[in-house]
Amino acid sequence: MSNIKYILGHFADPDDLMHGIDKLQEGNVKIYDVFTPMPIHGIEDKLGIKRSRLGKVAFCFGLTGTITAISMIYYMLVYDWPMNIGGKPHFAFPDFVPIMFELTVLFCSFGMVGTYFFVNHLAPGRAPRVMDLRATNDRFVVAIDAKENPYHDKIDNILKEAGAVEIKHNERKYVSYE
Amino acid sequence: MSSHHESILREPLVTGENITYSKVTEDILVPVENKPNKAWWIGFIVSALGAGLWVFAVSWTFWFGIGEWGLNKTVGWAWDITGFVWWVGIGHAGTLISAVLLLFRQNWRNSINRSAEAMTIFAVICAATYIISHMGRPWMFYWALPLPNQFGSLWVNFNSPLVWDVFAISTYFSVSLVFWYTGLLPDIATIRDRATGLRRRIYSILSFGWNGSVKTWQRFELVSLILAGVSTPLVLSVHTIVSMDFATSLVPGWHTTIFPPYFVAGAIFSGFAMVQTLLLVARKVMNFENYITMFHIESMNKIIILTGSIVGVAYLTELFIAWYSGAEYEQYAFLNRVSGPYWWAYWSMMTCNVFTPQIFWIKKIRTSIAWSWILSIIVNIGMWFERFVIIVTSLHRDYLPSSWVMFYPSWVDVCVFIGSIGLFFTLFLLFLRVLPAIAMAEVKLLLKSSSDQAKQKLIREGKVDAGEAAYYQESLEKYDSVSPRVAEYEKA
Repeated sequence: MSNIKYILGHFADPDDLMHGIDKLQEGNVKIYDVFTPMPIHGIEDKLGIKRSRLGKVAFCFGLTGTITAISMIYYMLVYDWPMNIGGKPHFAFPDFVPIMFELTVLFCSFGMVGTYFFVNHLAPGRAPRVMDLRATNDRFVVAIDAKENPYHDKIDNILKEAGAVEIKHNERKYVSYE
Repeated sequence: MSSHHESILREPLVTGENITYSKVTEDILVPVENKPNKAWWIGFIVSALGAGLWVFAVSWTFWFGIGEWGLNKTVGWAWDITGFVWWVGIGHAGTLISAVLLLFRQNWRNSINRSAEAMTIFAVICAATYIISHMGRPWMFYWALPLPNQFGSLWVNFNSPLVWDVFAISTYFSVSLVFWYTGLLPDIATIRDRATGLRRRIYSILSFGWNGSVKTWQRFELVSLILAGVSTPLVLSVHTIVSMDFATSLVPGWHTTIFPPYFVAGAIFSGFAMVQTLLLVARKVMNFENYITMFHIESMNKIIILTGSIVGVAYLTELFIAWYSGAEYEQYAFLNRVSGPYWWAYWSMMTCNVFTPQIFWIKKIRTSIAWSWILSIIVNIGMWFERFVIIVTSLHRDYLPSSWVMFYPSWVDVCVFIGSIGLFFTLFLLFLRVLPAIAMAEVKLLLKSSSDQAKQKLIREGKVDAGEAAYYQESLEKYDSVSPRVAEYEKA
């Protein structure tokens, strides 16, 4: 039994990568993850990744902002200390709209980005879980769990035929960042 | 995207031979991974001296109070609010480029959005410092926030546009910062994975542990899209609210409903001019000619003509409405602007903002780097005068002729203004040194569809109509980064 944990297929071109994913899937090889230097459109469907729910998160945070703004202004200007400003109504709703809008945007952006960082484990100082250093530069890397997928030669052949420029058998999951 | 095919008729967004993904990384990271050159040092030292002047002048203001400025009891707002509105306006192009152009799927934004967003953030910092210093007692700035206090609590007046402005500017600044930084993560990760030692550790912290997995990218794209969606109305709201600081008052010359769209157009106008001023120099000094191409310059110049013309229409509309309103105070305010003691400011504004940008209709001029740069400076000057005209000429002759005065800036006014420019350039130059000035991941997206190299390949392989190919080759003539290839093509 070898100590190989992950097989990495490097592609130099996104179209080759997509082709490689098709071939691997035809050969019933399960793909662990794909690391790319840029977003690849359509890859989520191939890998069966569900649509992100961050849009709904953004909406909920935005709504929270709107409600926060209107309740804050209502409490301060209408309930707590109604001021007579030129005899105008205390509940001057149109005047409250700009801040309601600003807080909607503020809560929506921060809430959504915060959620994004949280679910993707992005935080300052977090050790990067990087499987190959060139995946952020010019290589499109398919990672295959070597324990789950036997017949490594077969996987190598599929990758080679699909146009992989380099194939790595790694004994460690992540590139060390110590 | 790689699977997306772009019409051959579209001009390329990336030029140069043998462009590969790794070449993009290397070209863009040259200034980050190497010691700065002489040009950078000279620029940085000059700017840092300016920033030092700013620290001095603002400290002077804090110590002695705003009586050190040239303000008087009639003209209570002058260079301070002029500077504030000027900087906020400049700060609009970044978010406009990154948000509005993203929603409109304008791919040319990909190589200029990063630096434009950085510019936005630095410009808003400059604007915010004006707001803080014009308060007179800057340590009480928190009085503008709705905090519980011992006066009741006596809350801030949410009916006032000045309070809206506090919310608008701070939201705009923080959302722009988040937008910019989120977009930077993949590029910081690229620097991290190429660096060693201490640099790697620093960029590792800054990269938040980015690894470029499928799910990260998928969510990243959605986050960018939604941020663009909320930033688009945000950027419009910010300058609308800035204009309402004036428009909701009763001062003739300010009290007009045209202000919000007029200010927003002016903001885009001045913002693009500043992007042009900075990027024309940066692309030359940092050898980014292949990424910030003539197409980008020409597109920005087209936006400058459009918004400059909108601003021109707004000036004329103001004059017309002043006459048509029949309100004598309003009529006098505009008569005074055009022909009063500040006539030179009004006509400088008209010349710089409305007349001179019109020469961009000539293709030779809008595709000339020297002309584009000179005109961008002229627009910046013109937009400063616009704010000066709106603020000072409306105030200096108020309802009571016995209090009519002129405004003369003191040395502190001048130093704060020059210093704020120094501060802005210091921050921008530091940004160019430590972070990639072009969004690498986004430029890489364009390589297979929109680069000259990909298009030439299609032509060589005979996959496009010959007439369209010839049209495409002709469109390359204006590019300074493409060597003349038309003759070569015709031979073949």
